[in-house]
Amino acid sequence: MKLWVKNTILAVILVMVVAVPLMFMGGNEFGGTDDAASDIVSEVNAGYETWFDSVWEPPSGEIESLLFCVQAAIGAGAVGFALGRVTSKKNADR
Amino acid sequence: MSKKLIKAFVVSVSVLLLLPSTYACAMHIMEGYLSPGYCVLWGALCVPFLIWGGVSMSRQMKADNMVKLLLALSGAFVFIISSLKIPSVTGSCSHPTGTGLGAILFGAPIMSVLGIIVLVFQALLLAHGGLTTLGANTFSMAIAGPFLSWGLYSLLKKMKAPAAVSVFLAATLGDVFTYTVTSFQLAMCHNDGNFMFALGKFMLVFAPTQLPIAIAEGILSVMIFNIIEKYCNRELKILGVTGERRVSL
Repeated sequence: MKLWVKNTILAVILVMVVAVPLMFMGGNEFGGTDDAASDIVSEVNAGYETWFDSVWEPPSGEIESLLFCVQAAIGAGAVGFALGRVTSKKNADR
Repeated sequence: MSKKLIKAFVVSVSVLLLLPSTYACAMHIMEGYLSPGYCVLWGALCVPFLIWGGVSMSRQMKADNMVKLLLALSGAFVFIISSLKIPSVTGSCSHPTGTGLGAILFGAPIMSVLGIIVLVFQALLLAHGGLTTLGANTFSMAIAGPFLSWGLYSLLKKMKAPAAVSVFLAATLGDVFTYTVTSFQLAMCHNDGNFMFALGKFMLVFAPTQLPIAIAEGILSVMIFNIIEKYCNRELKILGVTGERRVSL
């Protein structure tokens, strides 16, 4: 099987794995599991108090998503650069 | 030409390492949620692995440019994938770790260094994970997960399983194992005298959410691996990923 065929099939499966929960579990909040975990800590260890706070927190959800986009963008750029290099014609001919 | 390549590489890696690896680990143990004793314990456990990883990385830095490009690729892959919070069937979100692919290509030790960089910036800039819990989070995401992926891949290679299947299983199970270790760490600290009960509770939070996400990570890792396999056959042989030889770490 050609590479692009293989990867296209995999990409379709990937999108389905991610999209199906969104379509069928639409009524949920989609909070993070770390919040759920801290709820359990207060449940099984009721007297526990956190003894250290985060040094800095993003002031708003917007800033948080900005930083999050920056991370993904940097990663995607570097991956694109590396993949472009390794798949260049020179290497393909080698 | 090779000077240019090195320059390009240095730029891409320094961008990769210096800029904030931002968002959001739904999985990491949050700041202050482990008692001081455990923070020190997990931190101390990480040290030898980080040294091992540093040695392994400096060795790879002497390799040829294509190998270095693959290293940058592995690091960047952790970057992207650990920023993606993905909805799961349980109605909550979590994100994959991305450390499996790098562990398969370069061995697990090197991922401890790549992983801790991501964790430090997430702790500092996004209030996710934390500085006090850095040791525990490094141990689960950057050591335990990659070592499982690496071991499993080597085993499957010996059994002559198809490469794509091995990569998928190694990446997926490495991801799941990371969360298993996180549950252990939490349950050891917070159990109210009943460790198994607490462990079960934490596992129930993480496992059903994480499983589909781990599968997604496995699929994505195979896609990248397919490309590398086609174009970097020689490098994969040098690294011992395919073929017989396995370079010592």
